[in-house]
Amino acid sequence: MLDKTIRKVLLLGSGALKIGEAGEFDYSGSQALKALREEGIETVLVNPNIATVQTSEGIADKIYFLPVTPPFVKKVIEKEKPQGIFLSFGGQTALNCGVELYRSGFLQQNGVRVLGTPVQSIIDTEDRDLFVKRLDEIGVKTIRSHAAATLEEARAAAGEIGYPVILRAAYALGGLGSGFCDTPAELEAAARKAFAFSPQILVEKSLKGWKEIEYEVVRDSYDNCITVCNMENFDPLGIHTGESIVVAPSQTLTNDEFHFLRKKSIDIVRHLGIVGECNVQYAFSPDGEDYRVIEVNARLSRSSALASKATGYPLAFVAAKLGLGYGLFELKNSVTKTTPAFFEPALDYVVCKIPRWDLAKFKGVSREIGSSMKSVGEVMAIGRTFEEAVQKGLRMIGQGANGFVCNKPYKTEDLDWALRHPTDTRIFAIAAAFESGYSVDRIHELTHIDKWFLDKLDNLETTYRELEACPDLGSVGRELFLKAKRQGFSDIQIGRVYHRPEEEVRTRRLALGIRPCIKQIDTLAAEFPAATNYLYLTYNGTKNDIIPSYGSHTVIVLGSGAYRIGSSVEFDWCGVGAVNTLRKRGWQAVMINYNPETVSTDYDSCDRLYFDELSFETVLEICSVERPYGVIVSVGGQIPNNLALPLARSGVHILGTSADDIDRAEDRGKFSSVVDHLGISQPRWQALTTMAEIEHFVDEVGFPVLVRPSYVLSGAAMNVCYSLADLHTFLEMAVEVSEEHPVVISSFIQRSKEFEFDAVADGGRIVAHAISEHIEYAGVHSGDATIQFPPQKLYCVTAAQIRRVAAAIAAELHITGPFNIQFLAHEGRVKVIECNLRASRSFPFVSKILKTDFIDLAVRCMLGEHPAADTVDAFELPYVGIKASQFSFSRLNQADPVLGVDMASTGEVGCIGDNFDEALLEAMLSVGHHIPQGAILISSGNAIQKADLLPACQLLDQKGFTLYATEGTSRYLNENGIPARLVEHANVVELIREHRVDLVVNIPKNFTHGELTNGYRIRRAAIDFNVPLITNSRLATAYIRAFCRLKPEELPVKAWDEYKPL
Amino acid sequence: MKRKRATLLLEDGREFPGWSFGYDGPAEGEIVFSTAMVGYPESLTDPSYSGQILCVSFPLVGNYGIPDEQPDEQGLCTRFESERIHVRGLVIADYSEKYSHWDAAKSLGQWLQEQHIPGICGIDTRVLVQLLRDEGAKLGAIVPAGSPAPASFPDPNLENQVAAVSCREVIRYGSGAKRVVLVDCGVKHQIIRCLTARGIEVVRVPWDYDFNTMEWDGLFISNGPGNPALCDVTVEHLRKALAGDKPVFGICMGNQLLSRAAGGHTYKLKYGHRSHNQPVRQCGTDRCFITSQNHGFAVDTATLGPDWEPLFVNMNDGTNEGIRHKTKPFFSAQFHPEASSGPVDTEFLFDEFISKL
Repeated sequence: MLDKTIRKVLLLGSGALKIGEAGEFDYSGSQALKALREEGIETVLVNPNIATVQTSEGIADKIYFLPVTPPFVKKVIEKEKPQGIFLSFGGQTALNCGVELYRSGFLQQNGVRVLGTPVQSIIDTEDRDLFVKRLDEIGVKTIRSHAAATLEEARAAAGEIGYPVILRAAYALGGLGSGFCDTPAELEAAARKAFAFSPQILVEKSLKGWKEIEYEVVRDSYDNCITVCNMENFDPLGIHTGESIVVAPSQTLTNDEFHFLRKKSIDIVRHLGIVGECNVQYAFSPDGEDYRVIEVNARLSRSSALASKATGYPLAFVAAKLGLGYGLFELKNSVTKTTPAFFEPALDYVVCKIPRWDLAKFKGVSREIGSSMKSVGEVMAIGRTFEEAVQKGLRMIGQGANGFVCNKPYKTEDLDWALRHPTDTRIFAIAAAFESGYSVDRIHELTHIDKWFLDKLDNLETTYRELEACPDLGSVGRELFLKAKRQGFSDIQIGRVYHRPEEEVRTRRLALGIRPCIKQIDTLAAEFPAATNYLYLTYNGTKNDIIPSYGSHTVIVLGSGAYRIGSSVEFDWCGVGAVNTLRKRGWQAVMINYNPETVSTDYDSCDRLYFDELSFETVLEICSVERPYGVIVSVGGQIPNNLALPLARSGVHILGTSADDIDRAEDRGKFSSVVDHLGISQPRWQALTTMAEIEHFVDEVGFPVLVRPSYVLSGAAMNVCYSLADLHTFLEMAVEVSEEHPVVISSFIQRSKEFEFDAVADGGRIVAHAISEHIEYAGVHSGDATIQFPPQKLYCVTAAQIRRVAAAIAAELHITGPFNIQFLAHEGRVKVIECNLRASRSFPFVSKILKTDFIDLAVRCMLGEHPAADTVDAFELPYVGIKASQFSFSRLNQADPVLGVDMASTGEVGCIGDNFDEALLEAMLSVGHHIPQGAILISSGNAIQKADLLPACQLLDQKGFTLYATEGTSRYLNENGIPARLVEHANVVELIREHRVDLVVNIPKNFTHGELTNGYRIRRAAIDFNVPLITNSRLATAYIRAFCRLKPEELPVKAWDEYKPL
Repeated sequence: MKRKRATLLLEDGREFPGWSFGYDGPAEGEIVFSTAMVGYPESLTDPSYSGQILCVSFPLVGNYGIPDEQPDEQGLCTRFESERIHVRGLVIADYSEKYSHWDAAKSLGQWLQEQHIPGICGIDTRVLVQLLRDEGAKLGAIVPAGSPAPASFPDPNLENQVAAVSCREVIRYGSGAKRVVLVDCGVKHQIIRCLTARGIEVVRVPWDYDFNTMEWDGLFISNGPGNPALCDVTVEHLRKALAGDKPVFGICMGNQLLSRAAGGHTYKLKYGHRSHNQPVRQCGTDRCFITSQNHGFAVDTATLGPDWEPLFVNMNDGTNEGIRHKTKPFFSAQFHPEASSGPVDTEFLFDEFISKL
């Protein structure tokens, strides 16, 4: 039963999105808050991630945009005095913070009870030794290491464990000296090598090629226990589950194996005393004889979010209720609404999760994947065959694939190597292997991927060959066509076989009477009638589960797809906001999206959810059934935006700005003429196809120039070049320049300020706007820049120019709905650099700071309501918001952590303060900075940058900080009267490794990526040894000033609603 | 591989076109569905499916093939629930001819072929499940392309399915201090294993055998197919046993026969419970269990005699999941504590039974 003594609960969020901790925690936290609210319990949320849905109005009663760290959370607890705290909905960040508060006795002293799983159980799962000990108590096998200091000891350990074994050098970074050994001879060789790196080696049983299986387990305080879902990794053990393609339910386990592991999971969860949700990961030998528990996560996780979406069972919601004292038998299945939450979902479809990587964005990073996460997002595809699900998924990740087959050629010098070494593209290496005639057995040998999966993939290759055998599209018979569709071939994919456009394939398909069916996800495989609105499309069906009847009162909102660098939770906030407004205004809101980490794919948040592709084919099929009044393409980022034109041409009503006007903004050439026509200034640019043209243009505009290739061979997509040599290197190494693939060159203005203009317009008239200001000069991607709103250093005349230009563009493009323009301001003149007729990354930030919901306004404009113009004037706000970026370089071995014109951050925070310093400090602490206490390493680039940093260095000196500096910088500082200790380049890494400095300021000379130099070593050392790093002199100066003027303990603890516009 | 067409024909004339796999011949029976996602070798050999065509709602079937059967020293199957396939036909969506498992010896299709059981794939099983759910279990037939449709659809529930699958003579298993007579209404081998593994001597007798003439410490009534109302002989024998005080335990059909012996009525459920995820609650407690189930008939709790009470209740639809005597050591479960296939959470009921012996 509900514990009535709990009236106020504090929930810890997970902060900025980072690799390994992403949108899934917005979803879990939002669900938990909803569960609490339903009980009339007051909720307090600490989460600096301002772009999330959970930090929106109406989700929690009090929201603190503050770091999820003990000092801040303590103050919030002292102020709010909650009776309970939830630690398991905010990932590792919340868990670590909570455990620390518990261990220090603070929670007990303040009468705060940890709800759900007891902290001791959490500690038992987090501490490796305790964990092994606890599972030993019930005879459950874990993976354990035997330490050996001599060859003899290593041999003995291997003998005891049994071959094959894996050797790891202890205390060595990056897996140096590790290797697999099948025999004592191999062990001896490997051990000798490993001892060269380290005095101790660890011997573990090799589980190479074992299956990896997970169970999601729920337990209530009455000891009732269920497993909601199990999942099987497509990739065998050795690849982090977050990096692996995953299917649910498991496909290659027999009944005995499935239930053996299920029973173990329940035994473990009972023994550990979990209350709520928990995830158990196993290694399972392919001969079915042996297993090991890899780990137990005593909290909501990426996998639990996936399991919730895969089954329709709302794990986080239920876990929150169980934490309040409910039994599973007292809660209802939220899909059927009649049957209890105590049940295990039965699926009648298969789901396939595929990670999304953005490794190409990072120079120097290895493409190999393994035991640590590198992916930045994921997709979930649903089908009634594995082939259908996996092909959908491969399209959804948005890396240009049409499916498993019919893609651009896979380039590799050594296919065997590509199969043996898992990378972000290995699945396409498998496709290439089939094409080159490799057998399933051979691929299995090289990859250890279960043959069941490979056979299914082989089916796709077979179908491709059957299609290829038909002379043309018209000769593909209904049977083969249907077979291909049932295996998930898209219209585009079939078209590629015959070099025919999608439209033609579609016409042929319709002529053959082949349409997808709409099926429901109902948790019980249709055993009970369910009025569920959770839907997907499949060609493996003969009848729709539902026939929507709302028609003219339905609006479809297109979601944002997989999180990636440049498009993540902020667009989910926009999508959810659009759906909320539609429903409030009496419309039926339909969402299409396929990202399992999101709130928008919570079937509770809309009237109907299609968990499916955001492709022309799929959206059009859904439109043909839903017959909506219109489709909103402007709140989900670039993916839906790109669909505007094709959908409009097929007769779909695009709400808001017309597709043709969207195209006028998207098409660089068309937009340039619009801007010229309006007499607005823009940096000079040209699309060029030969080196001669490029050199000629560069001669005219001068260096530096911004180079944007349309076809990237490797490395970054954009680059700034400072010399002809730079330009040649970049163009020759990394991109293709041709008639077909022109390169866009623009003049790049240095030391120019950059402003974001986010706005909503109605019929070409702006009804709300926000101008925010980058702290860094232009040249740092707007997604990486630190942004202040309202702007703190904006000339009135510049503001007026920005407004006037924006108004002209809005009128010219007849904008109705959200849009964003990026401006440069240099020497009193503004230039337009980009314009998107859709919501931008900064929409949630400015909406929440201004307390004017731009999405709500935009949707109402699109619905033709003509909402009244907003009256809040940003210049009247008595507080400041700072948006800072979160980087995940520590996860990306060897990547150069330098900022440039291509975006690199994986997430962001937004904090509010009564002044700039407060807000900036909160934001910097929220993205992992620690205020330096003693010494700082300064290593600044060219003379101008050295001069830029001088005042900040003086301040540091006055405040008693010790400054270390590299050669040029120390000379410069000393010459300017600031004592700085010289650090030789040879010693600098050591200085950082030993944590003798607690901040590294390293300013690269320019934005070229070629700086693989001393600077790189400094930056990388800072990342690898976890010393905060700043690489921009403007940000460094602002930050240094802030912490010199203000101590972190002086920062006020104020909730969002305590900051009021005048 | 060239595929051959087949049709699933319902008694009302509706047709589901698909592809033949396994044995290419006709089959008739009652069409029922199961939502279990694993365990097809166990389900297909479960005698409780006698007379039925099974539709598996989970679309991907055959993934891990079929193991080679090696009966153990007691003559019990180790991988299956009986010596042969008991379903009359199998209806699925996506058949995996290519299987992958270390323990597999043949494909599902080969196995069906060997045992002359037709399968049909390529069916929208979800639509079929919805139809059965809304309209109730139906008679139907798998008709291979080119074969005539059956003239009529005899109802297997009118035949005594228990008599068809029960053993013909007394068989003994295991040894131990305590002896349990097991009344075989179509027993799954896992039940026998659950008893012998606990050091019990099991005497398996045919369904209509009068076990009251034998010496035993406990009585077990097994699962079995079809309508419990056709097993009055067993119920009569059972009534005599209930006059005594020796422990009685029943599973599935055993629950229904024990209830009938206790004066209760049984009735046909609209579409039955066949899955691995049925939630049951122990009456009067907060203890809940996920159970494996396979039954088309149920006990009407309200009609039980005054000395009896419900032991478990289904949390989805409130139907009876077990009964017990208020004072004597008699109890039964409608679900399958022996699992196989399905979750093993209630195996402790065997321990409870044995502790009473």
